[in-house]
Amino acid sequence: MGVLGKIGSILATLFLLSVVVFSLQLLLPGDPATVLAGEDRSPETIAAIRERFGLDQPLPVQYVRWLGNAVQGDLGISMRFNQPVVALVLSKLPVTFQLATMALVIAILLGVTAGVFAAVYRGTAVDQTLTIVSVAGFSIPNFWLGILMIMVVSVQWGLLPPSGYVSPLVDPWQSFRAMIMPAFVLGSGLAAILMRHTRSAMIEALGTDYVRTALAKGIPRRRIILRHALRNALVPVITLGALEFGQLLGGSILTEYVFSVPGIGKLLVDSVYNRDYPVVQAVVLCSGAIYIALNLLADLAHAALDPRVRGGAA
Amino acid sequence: MSARAETIALHEGPLRLLWRTIPGRIGLVLVLFFVAMAVTAPVLSPFDPLANDWMAVLQPPSRAHPLGTDELGRDVLSRLLWGAQSPLVAAFGSVAVALAVGVPLGMLAGYAGGAVDAVISRLTDTLLAIPGIMLAIALALFLGGSLFNATLAISVAAIPAFIRLSRARTLQVMAEPYVEAARSVGVRTVRLLFVHVFPNLVPPIIVQATLAMAVAVIAEASLSFLGLGRPPPAPSWGSMLTVGKDYIANAPWLSIWPGLCIFLVTVGFSLLGDGLRQSLDRR
Repeated sequence: MGVLGKIGSILATLFLLSVVVFSLQLLLPGDPATVLAGEDRSPETIAAIRERFGLDQPLPVQYVRWLGNAVQGDLGISMRFNQPVVALVLSKLPVTFQLATMALVIAILLGVTAGVFAAVYRGTAVDQTLTIVSVAGFSIPNFWLGILMIMVVSVQWGLLPPSGYVSPLVDPWQSFRAMIMPAFVLGSGLAAILMRHTRSAMIEALGTDYVRTALAKGIPRRRIILRHALRNALVPVITLGALEFGQLLGGSILTEYVFSVPGIGKLLVDSVYNRDYPVVQAVVLCSGAIYIALNLLADLAHAALDPRVRGGAA
Repeated sequence: MSARAETIALHEGPLRLLWRTIPGRIGLVLVLFFVAMAVTAPVLSPFDPLANDWMAVLQPPSRAHPLGTDELGRDVLSRLLWGAQSPLVAAFGSVAVALAVGVPLGMLAGYAGGAVDAVISRLTDTLLAIPGIMLAIALALFLGGSLFNATLAISVAAIPAFIRLSRARTLQVMAEPYVEAARSVGVRTVRLLFVHVFPNLVPPIIVQATLAMAVAVIAEASLSFLGLGRPPPAPSWGSMLTVGKDYIANAPWLSIWPGLCIFLVTVGFSLLGDGLRQSLDRR
């Protein structure tokens, strides 16, 4: 796909994303104006909401009006906080970004290391144990793992704070202590996926001719594994990790809630509890847009690394 | 292994194929165990799962209540047995809907190509751009909390994966000589798609379906955890964990058992998928 095609495809996806997010409010049972008014159901408020969203207009007109506002950064007012939802979401994004980045680093460190060991000791007890651990890591619900870790690490051992958040700009060490447990919980599922991919990529790399040649030349095994096989096996794994960063935003919802980390995940849960519909729409739109942007960055990075992709051959 | 060979392998019977691998066996046993638990809950449950007992609030495991009681004095074991129904209904229900919608759309995109393919593929990309659990939460919130709506929300999040898989596989099968032959003797499109193409889509779709069920179990538990599943006081593992979270320090049994059940069902479905894939790959 050429550059123009790629841009067209991204614009089409963004357009459809906006349609999906807009359509969410059509699912509301009953009169949306009454539901959106929340507890303040005075006729004036309901009339103001109807006027603001143009709810008495035909649907396409409503959508164009909503999109026009959205493009200008206006996605409505939070019913709970009574402030613009875009500002609210943007103020929470850095926290989620910090959590997701730490989770990604943990996932890569754990997943890649375990994957290399499983591949090098293929078929042995080490491989089988690591495979079982990866199935467990993939299957364990984030929020349950979070509760278990609070139970053991915070309540029983008293090692780390059970919840809360400290900005790294205020106190980097306390920020690290507060975030390491949620980051581990969030990263565990991704670590399991990365482990599986690293394992199969390493098994393939270890069976190639250049590895056999290096072995025949008498290069130490450790050096072959780390400098030859792993270097090649890592490319697809890192690309996958970057793509999964967007999915970490989804995983962060319940992790942030369990550990009371004030990011967009916790904002979403609080908004669910308070039926703060505009915030939920904004969080979904924002996450989708971030994922699309990350996808584009991954594509660009891939093209920069692999000349075959640039010409549209792949 | 080619699409055709996988289809032939599946004719041996999925259960026999599953039993061949250790993950398949463990997965099958786990899933059947929890299905049996959900079905027999009315018979096996020692107490009414909704009956409050103010004299037995937050009791640790004892002979009378083997898994303890909750904050309203309800028997945790009874609630756990009844609670198996929601995740399984959500898993089977959502995957059935996702299959019914996703597979025909994927086949249509793969077969028709052009504008039809472009529209379906862009829609799939859009749904994939939103993290699955976030989409399910948003849909369940706007639809209103109930098991039916939660199942529907989970199914919408599961559809794109089936569209992508069916589309890719249809493209692959359409290039096979026997499809070319069928086309050249004038087999009609609908017949071509359902009699010649569809059977070759079944093996990877079954593997994807079991993995989607694992994801659906966690999604249902997450939605219930947030109060978007079966409304209280009906027992569900997710909502049991919501209560357990508030009693982490003094009543850990409230969090351990429902979480363990969610974990084991998810492991069961994951291993089922792994086992099936291994058996199909091995041939």
